[in-house]
Amino acid sequence: MIEWITSLLSFLPSGWVTVIIILIKIVVIVLPLMLAVAYLTYAERKIIGAMQVRLGPTRVGWNGSLQPIADALKLMFKEIIIPAKASKFLFLLAPLLLIGPALAAWAVIPFDAQMVLANVNAGLLYVLAITSIGVYGVIIAGWASNSKYALLGAMRSAAQIVSYEIAMGFALVGVLMAAGSLNFGDIVRGQEGYGFVSWYMWPLLPLFVIYFISGVAETNRAPFDMAEGESEIVAGFHVEYSGMPFAVFFLAEYANMILISALASVMFLGGWLSPLAGLLPDSVFEIPLLGPLLGSGIHWFFIKIAVFLFFFLWFRATFPRYRYDQIMRLGWKVFIPITIVWLLVLGIAILAGLPPWFSAA
Amino acid sequence: MGIEKFIFYIFSVLLIASASMVITVRNPVKAALFLVLAFFASAVLWLLIKAEFLAIVLVLVYVGAVMVLFLFVVMMLDINIERMRAGFIRYLPLGILVALTMAGMLIWVVSGDGSAFNHSVLHGPSYSNTQALGLVLYTNYVYPFEIAAVILLVAIIAAITLTLRRRPNTKHQKPAEQIAVKRHDRVRMVKMKAEERK
Repeated sequence: MIEWITSLLSFLPSGWVTVIIILIKIVVIVLPLMLAVAYLTYAERKIIGAMQVRLGPTRVGWNGSLQPIADALKLMFKEIIIPAKASKFLFLLAPLLLIGPALAAWAVIPFDAQMVLANVNAGLLYVLAITSIGVYGVIIAGWASNSKYALLGAMRSAAQIVSYEIAMGFALVGVLMAAGSLNFGDIVRGQEGYGFVSWYMWPLLPLFVIYFISGVAETNRAPFDMAEGESEIVAGFHVEYSGMPFAVFFLAEYANMILISALASVMFLGGWLSPLAGLLPDSVFEIPLLGPLLGSGIHWFFIKIAVFLFFFLWFRATFPRYRYDQIMRLGWKVFIPITIVWLLVLGIAILAGLPPWFSAA
Repeated sequence: MGIEKFIFYIFSVLLIASASMVITVRNPVKAALFLVLAFFASAVLWLLIKAEFLAIVLVLVYVGAVMVLFLFVVMMLDINIERMRAGFIRYLPLGILVALTMAGMLIWVVSGDGSAFNHSVLHGPSYSNTQALGLVLYTNYVYPFEIAAVILLVAIIAAITLTLRRRPNTKHQKPAEQIAVKRHDRVRMVKMKAEERK
């Protein structure tokens, strides 16, 4: 496939051919991702509906299955209202600043053993850096709206995002210590061995839990949805947005959810690795049809992402919203001390060569 | 033109343009945002010379943390631009002098016989800049590194204690007390006979 494109573009200088191939790969990643984002909204409405004993969308398409498309069309044709005396360029730039990092971070995430856009050695650092840019979307949206409500909402959620980034960063330091590498491929390969027993979620259990809860807080999802707070306030930083810019904020939220789920499954649940590989005898994986399904592959990665996304939706249906001071207390006074203590424990475990995770090192 | 040169020129133009916008634009929030753009463009330039660790850390620390806090402060302040511009003419000669000195030093370093750049070593694609830096930091320079960390910690604690005001009258929650509370602390059960209606 890649050779064919290369031969097709051979009239261009070689540097440009590489750029075009990378662009094609980006499209191959981003298009299914956006489709997944659209259908995540559908899944959310159906799953929460089932949890609350209602039906969810049923009208558009079979059992409501075209509802996300209808929603997208509706939002596209709505008028974009820009508030008086708002900074127009920044106002329209803000949603893009929020969704850009959520998509750019996918560049270093390995889908399978060989399937990754950029096999970067400092992948973990790259993800940390790229995801930390997203907060600008929130701040700029609040400031450019020329509205005191939007500004206050932006301050609240920006402070929340910055606070939880610290706990999240410490959790990633734990992964880095366990794997001894910043490369996501190496992190996954470090979890090979005895199936699901070898995954980092067991030695890093507190960090894993903290990472996922911080991820929920980072994406401004319930029970940490102070930004939206639909039952208490109108909306946070995006109160002045309408039509497509508002939809982009929504897309960014869901794209971030998928990103957090993907990162959690790569770092703590062994990415594309099968939970059974290494536990069952090798002959099982050579059975036609069933063998490849049980063996490691991209489908396990998607299943793990789906499980995490289900947790996101489950949280929203289950927990009451935190109050703002409780969020801050949880982030600074509970999560950060736990992560620091667990880094110490982890260091001792690595030095002692705790089997089966650290015995080789 | 090779792709690397193309990227270099685009981002160096972007860097210079955004850096000059930082000092010319009227709105302080926009100036801070242009500074973010300048950091970003220089991170790309660092990536081009294969210093990926420096580039990523520049984005992570300066763009992701420092400038966010900076922006917070700038947004909250009511900055009077007229008053800030008042001393412009008076400080202009000094500013020009500093700018000329800096530019002269840069030209002096770059236009020499190239001896300043002869130390650079090109490595293969598998060479990890991050790992190399980490190895040096935790072996040769472990004491300066740790001392710097302790100094930063002291600075953090000092900044917090300087700004911490104890306000005894606030009604904030004490979660420990809330959890420790028992039923008889809050509710008193009274046994009484049902009274007949009059």
